[in-house]
Order: sequence, then C-alpha cells, then structure tokens
Amino acid sequence: MDDPYKTLGVPRDASQDDIRKAFRKLAKKHHPDLNPGNAKAEELFKNASNANELLSDPRKRGQFDRGEIDAVGHEPQPSYRDQADGEAGRRYARGSEQPNGWNDDAFSDLFGSMFNDARQPAEAVYVAGRDERFSLTANFLSAVNGATSRLTLPDGRVLDVRIPPGTSEGQVLRLQGQGGLCSNGGPSGDALIEIQIAPHLFFTRDGQDIRMDLPVSLVEAVLGGQIQVPTPTGPVHMKIVPGSDNGTTLRLRGRGVPAHGAKPAGQLYVKLRIVIGAPDAALEEFLRSWKPEHSTNPRRVMEDSL
Amino acid sequence: MKIDVVVAQMSGVQRPDLERWILKKWVKPDMGCGEYEFCEIDVARARLIRDLRDDMEVNEAALPVVLLLLDQLYDLRRRMHDVGEAIDHTVPAEVLVDLVVHLAKRKL
Repeated sequence: MDDPYKTLGVPRDASQDDIRKAFRKLAKKHHPDLNPGNAKAEELFKNASNANELLSDPRKRGQFDRGEIDAVGHEPQPSYRDQADGEAGRRYARGSEQPNGWNDDAFSDLFGSMFNDARQPAEAVYVAGRDERFSLTANFLSAVNGATSRLTLPDGRVLDVRIPPGTSEGQVLRLQGQGGLCSNGGPSGDALIEIQIAPHLFFTRDGQDIRMDLPVSLVEAVLGGQIQVPTPTGPVHMKIVPGSDNGTTLRLRGRGVPAHGAKPAGQLYVKLRIVIGAPDAALEEFLRSWKPEHSTNPRRVMEDSL
Repeated sequence: MKIDVVVAQMSGVQRPDLERWILKKWVKPDMGCGEYEFCEIDVARARLIRDLRDDMEVNEAALPVVLLLLDQLYDLRRRMHDVGEAIDHTVPAEVLVDLVVHLAKRKL
C-alpha cells in the first residue's frame, strides 16, 4: 500500500481534523456507491479508507510514523453495491419493477416508469406488527405528579401518553397496539415510549425523595417563624426554629414524590440557604457594635484538622 | 442476523441510530418472531448510510433524497443488466457484432 499521507494528500504533520477533511473530500468523490461500475473509483476509495483508518487512530498513526507498523491495506467489508446490483437489491427498489418480469411495454417503459413511479412510497416488508420506540421529554412536575402529554409520531399520528405519577428518568411506557401496523391481519406492535425528564429550576429528584434549596432571610434564620415553601403539589407552611443555620436540612414528610404502586410517598428535603441581601447600613452599624454572646471561630474544625 | 449483532459489527452506529433508520424505512429488515432479522443487503445498506452520514457529511435531513436517487440508480442498473443479458441470449452473433461496433462509435 502507498504512503497513507500521500494517498490522502496531507503533510506528515497534518492535524486529525485535516486528515478527516481530506478523507471526506475523497470519500465524496470516490465512494463506490456514487460510482457504480467504476473500478478505478473503487480502488481509490479503498486506498483512502485504509489510509484514513490508519491515520485517524492516533495510536496506529504513531506506530506508523515510528516505523513500527506498515500501511497494510485490508479488503473493505462487503459493499452495498455488490448487493444492490443483484437480485437482493429489489428489496429497496423504488420503481415499478414488474414482479412477473418483462413484458411488451417493458422496453418503452425502461426509463420512464421508474422515475415516474419513484414517488410512491416503497412498501414495507414487515410481516408482523413490530414494537416502535419513541422518546418523550416530560417536565419535572408532570413526571412527579403524573400528567397526559401529547406526542406526535414521525408518521403524523398523535398519541396522548398518560405519564403516571412517580415516573422516573428512562422509564419506558408501553402503549399497546400503537406501534407498527401488521400487514397480514395480525395484531399491531406496541409503541414503547422512553421518558426523559427535563430538569427543574429548583427541585431535584432522588428516587422517591425530592430535594431543594430554600432561600431564607437573615431575620427568618435568626428569629425563626412560619414561611411558605413551594412543593411539587403546591405551597405548604413550614416552621423555622430560631437560630437555624445555613445548610440546615428540614424534612417535609410525604411531600416528595406521591405514593404510587407499592411505593409510599417520598419526603421533601429542604435545605436552608441564608440570603444576606443588598447592603444595609443599619445592619452594618449593628454588627460593628455587636458583641456576640458566644464568640466562636467558625473555621476551628478546619484549623484543628490541619 | 439480529440487531445486536449488526450493531456490534458496525463501528460508529448505535442501536438507536439503526432503530431510527428502520423507523424511517431507510433500512428494511424482515420481522421474524418479534425481532428484526437483517439480510446481507440490510447490513450493507446500514453501513452505506453510516458512510454517507459520517464520511460524506450527508446529514440525516438530506439522506432521504440521496437514498432515493441511489435506489433509482440501482433500479436502472438492474434493468440495464437484464436488458444486456436478454440481448446476449437472444440476438444472433452477427447482430451482436454490429451492436458493439455501433455503440463503440458513440462517445459517452
């Protein structure tokens, strides 16, 4: 085999990107299926493929550059052209190839019919209804609480998909009889719908539990009080005890993912995040004159462990 | 050949790719016992689609047009082949010579 760099027409220090570009350029020109019956194109494409295979793999390219391996070409895998040119190719025929072979009109039709008829969709060869897979992205709350979502299939059919409460990422819903149609009178296949869940602005899912960060003011954290917490099923009131520190996690029992099937309702874990807010002259004035009752160094644990 | 085997043998193609191509009827394996069964031509065609997409930068939006034209080209080639074979078997030898001489005069 020739020097793969020469075959692709790139310098020896070409980047991976240059190599890919050079190969693509040659592939577009010489691919056997774009040049059926052209042995020269086939040879050129084979050489380009082999060169690309060698040079696009940094490990193999390095070995070749150091002279550790030769540019050994190997036969390409069976090509589409070999198949399409023969009897097997009729599977993908677009024209009206007479199933009974040629007839009197065949010669006059030789070129006319196939191009005229080509717009007719090729007939599917499936003999039984098959399951078809689709993907549906549900929003976070629909997946938690359940909802009905409309899905338009590539063939134009519209399915209303019932997303049950507590649906998790990657779960596959089966819609019986909504898949591929059966051509011989048997049952249709099922539509298998894989659910993806879009992330939520402040809720995250942890199995049956849901976690969130809840911003609280300095006053609420220090003095405590009743605050309103948004939950997946609507707002609820929660009591904050005086002196709640930043990062304190509170649990709202049963306010996570609702009970479904054999699974009990999960918890909603609320982590307090203290927000100081905009600069406040009075607060600054107070803190300057403030003598803490228990003066502590908040970084003592870190310093002790060093 | 089952879909898993096809995917395992074909670098750069994941199972969802192949399933999507089947759904779009670009590849038409048989359906036997609830599973796809790939013939040699189905595998070769999937490989061709991969080459078109990955090496020749024909994105999936443009692929149906390319496949339609390719299919028409191969339809035509099969027909031409049939015609050639029919001529070979039916036309007397001296007429064949005339035919070849006549065609040789035409520039492609």
